[in-house]
Amino acid sequence: MTVSKPLIPVVGIIGLVCVLFSTWQGLFVVRPEMYQGDAARIMFVHVPMAWLAMAAYALMALASFIWFIWRHEVADLAAKSIAPLGALSTGLCLATGSIWGKPTWGTWFQWDDPRLVSVLVMFFLYLGYMALRNAMDTHQRAARAGAILAMVGVINVPIIKFSVDIWSSLHQDASVLRLDGPAMPAEYLVPLLIGALGYTLVFGCLTLMLMRTEIYARRTEAIILQRLDLR
Amino acid sequence: MKPAPFKSAVRQALNEAWSKGGGLVLPLAFFFGVGMLVPFGVGMGSEVLTQVSSGVVWIALVVSSFVTLERLYQADLDDGVLDLRIQEAQPLAEYALAKTLAHWLVSGLPIALVSPLLGIMLQMPEEILPLASLCYGLGSLGFFSWGGFGAALSASVRRGGLLIALIILPLYVPTLLFGVLTLATFGTDQMIVNFTFLLATTIFALAICPFATSFALRMTAD
Repeated sequence: MTVSKPLIPVVGIIGLVCVLFSTWQGLFVVRPEMYQGDAARIMFVHVPMAWLAMAAYALMALASFIWFIWRHEVADLAAKSIAPLGALSTGLCLATGSIWGKPTWGTWFQWDDPRLVSVLVMFFLYLGYMALRNAMDTHQRAARAGAILAMVGVINVPIIKFSVDIWSSLHQDASVLRLDGPAMPAEYLVPLLIGALGYTLVFGCLTLMLMRTEIYARRTEAIILQRLDLR
Repeated sequence: MKPAPFKSAVRQALNEAWSKGGGLVLPLAFFFGVGMLVPFGVGMGSEVLTQVSSGVVWIALVVSSFVTLERLYQADLDDGVLDLRIQEAQPLAEYALAKTLAHWLVSGLPIALVSPLLGIMLQMPEEILPLASLCYGLGSLGFFSWGGFGAALSASVRRGGLLIALIILPLYVPTLLFGVLTLATFGTDQMIVNFTFLLATTIFALAICPFATSFALRMTAD
């Protein structure tokens, strides 16, 4: 608690500055992309969200693993706090992907793009995790159930990814414009990386804030229980 | 593996399914009900139905696997059987596997066996039917393995049926996709590859789920 209190504004402000810089570069400085024109500018939000969606799940599973082995309560708080933020970035990744897809692919949702479908499945993994924790009657039980589910889920993520890849390769004839083909010029890459760093820092800051909120909530709960006992 | 506890778990599950009525009939009826709605939804034209039939039966299978999951471990939790199983020397994973197999025998296998009937009604090409039935059988074994895990996780939750469905839906995806692909590539070289992958995902589920389920059951019983 003593470390996280001064850390939150520092991480948050650095993150915000990075995000603002990359957004400003993306919207006003970089030239329109050769094929997609201005539509490609959404990349500066979409790619960091996609990265966060994946990283957050891995982190959540890691925290669950640490909690499951060593029963370190902070690890469980981390897993619990990461989940809604991870779901949020997954949702934003899907939303920005759709908005990007409409002018470039001509549709909001393209089932033959394996990345899109994998992220959609990922979104449901997050939803299931949060719903399960929510349904449990005690913190202890929520932590255990959540940890087991997150660990089983993370084992399945590569398999889901693989199966979706194979499944969508059946319909590969549709021409899909892909950005990852040619090497990205530095003009795009630098603001993109700074943006990814910025969103990650903001993500970390929000996670710490949620964790602190949860700690205060549990303290309040403990105080209330104590008062009730005394009567 | 000593046979006795395993056998008793299977027998108990079978008895429950028979004695409580609905256990056997309900998923079957639901399976046909979902299949019956499809022509209303997509149209009665034979070409349309032939194209979607194998996938529709997969969806019907997925949905009807949810019907019985909620009660799978709840009854054992309520009457204390689960606590006894945990105290036994026998590994809990064995009990979980027995429950899954028994559940599949009662709810999955019958559906796979009658699936050609729904397939014929939905204009599925007749030469696919035997393979389709085999795939539905295998697939449902995979589904029920994950389903048992979800059911164990949320056995302490009252009316947790929808919760179980939400938890396990993403875990169904690999088995479902390779099952669909096997039937979609029927008659081509790719079929055997996809079938092997279907087999692999089912075996993977069978290998992992009993252990994951046993962790979940310990959590539930605490």
